[in-house]
Amino acid sequence: MTYKWDFGPILQYWSIFRIGLEYTLGFTVASAVVGMAVGLLLTLARRSGWKILSIPAGAVVEIFRCTPALVQLVWCYYALPVVLGLSLAPATAALLALSLYGAAFYSEIFRAGLDSIDRGQWDAAAALGMTPVTMMRRVIAPQALRRMTAPLVSQVVLQLKNTSLISVVTVPDLVYQGQMVASATYKPLEVYTTIAVIYFLILFPLTQGARLLERRRHG
Amino acid sequence: MAREPLMIDIVNLSKRFGRRDVLHDISLGVPRGRVLALIGPSGSGKSTLLRCVNLLETPDSGSITIDGSTMRFGATASRHRAKAMAAFRAEAGMVFQSFNLFPHMTVLENVMSGPRFVRGRSHDDAERIARPLLERMGMDSFADALPDRLSGGQKQRVAIARSLAMEPKVMLFDEATSALDPQRVAEILSVMRDLAQAGMTQIVVTHEMSYARDVADTVVFMADGHIVESGPARQVIEDPREERTRTFLRHFHMGKA
Ligand SMILES: Nc1ncnc2c1ncn2[C@@H]1O[C@H](COP(=O)(O)OP(=O)(O)OP(=O)(O)O)[C@@H](O)[C@H]1O
Ligand SMILES: [Mg+2]
Repeated sequence: MTYKWDFGPILQYWSIFRIGLEYTLGFTVASAVVGMAVGLLLTLARRSGWKILSIPAGAVVEIFRCTPALVQLVWCYYALPVVLGLSLAPATAALLALSLYGAAFYSEIFRAGLDSIDRGQWDAAAALGMTPVTMMRRVIAPQALRRMTAPLVSQVVLQLKNTSLISVVTVPDLVYQGQMVASATYKPLEVYTTIAVIYFLILFPLTQGARLLERRRHG
Repeated sequence: MAREPLMIDIVNLSKRFGRRDVLHDISLGVPRGRVLALIGPSGSGKSTLLRCVNLLETPDSGSITIDGSTMRFGATASRHRAKAMAAFRAEAGMVFQSFNLFPHMTVLENVMSGPRFVRGRSHDDAERIARPLLERMGMDSFADALPDRLSGGQKQRVAIARSLAMEPKVMLFDEATSALDPQRVAEILSVMRDLAQAGMTQIVVTHEMSYARDVADTVVFMADGHIVESGPARQVIEDPREERTRTFLRHFHMGKA
């Protein structure tokens, strides 16, 4: 049995793929930015020393780390509106779920990065008379950021791949648009091959960049 | 003898970690320009006391005064704000056993960090403060090096310069020579002695008994969070009154500092 590969029809639908690509990249960037911001807040809350902040923040991190992204996404879309008593647009639910899922992991990266800084660094900065903000900005963050860059890039890679889930709630990302093309052309093999190649072309440079960063840190 | 004005005045200081009493009602004073050496067995609370003076640990009760400004602790005292604590710390320089230089800054940037980021001085002003201090510590030729290229003794000299750049009123040394090779110990001790001769008020935690005897004015012997004995340096080291002090000092071979 031989299958005749034919990418001709696929190219005709290129503009549909482009819309999908824009959604995929847009959701990656937006959920990474929101996720890192929320992740940072969660980390600060967890380290605040106030139980009223640290316990809920720790709970949020564990809940989102220990449930699948797909389940969170579907839950945000179907269950959350029932809980809140309002309806959420697919894109809103998708952004919310992806951002919070990412935030839990970014928060862990931030926490590990801060914990990896020797206690003597905090002591020395404090002993000089630095305020907490100055200490973070001048002493702790510059050292922690170097250690966090590679894991952060890895997480963004995962984040981009996770956007493929949002097709489930009808957000027109690359996968969703591909499904449209597949049903129009009856060429699912070509369509999914094309999608895989596009993901790869975006992510391979990113992972290589992360590896370079990692090597520079150890070398 | 007339009472000299106190530069550091610690009154009824107590500190517990969980259920452990680490400092028990400690009171001691250091007159302006004097050196107090703190000695005692491991775990007796010397580091904790020094860290309390610089608020790296928050005491449970008591008060600390440095050059007339006082911090009070305990149930009745109000909580101190981070800014007020930072300002109080800026008056006391602290030197650690493990140096704690900032590894992402050059030697010069380390020494400039206090004036720049705490005092808010300009880059040029901070450099004008830092360069002479590096020279005084014999480290001017390493100004652009990163700390991980330096030997222990060199790191400690930079750390001392970094503290002095804040123009502190007092200096606190926590076993500043304990992580150094024997040859390097003498060079750091001589830097500390020069500081004492220049009139810097100091509290020095040390296991160098001959240094305590020859350079300090007062020696305080601590055990289990209590002050067991304190008095003129030569007397406490050479003719201690308390049996526990005597037992402790027997472990040290005393050379000439
Ligand atoms: N952050 C902390 N949490 C709990 N216990 C602590 C802490 N820091 C110190 N301790 C305890 O307090 C006691 C006093 O410690 P400290 O470091 O002040 O002793 P030290 O006299 O400096 O000893 P050394 O000569 O070994 O440096 C020890 O029993 C130590 O285990
Ligand atoms: Mg100690």
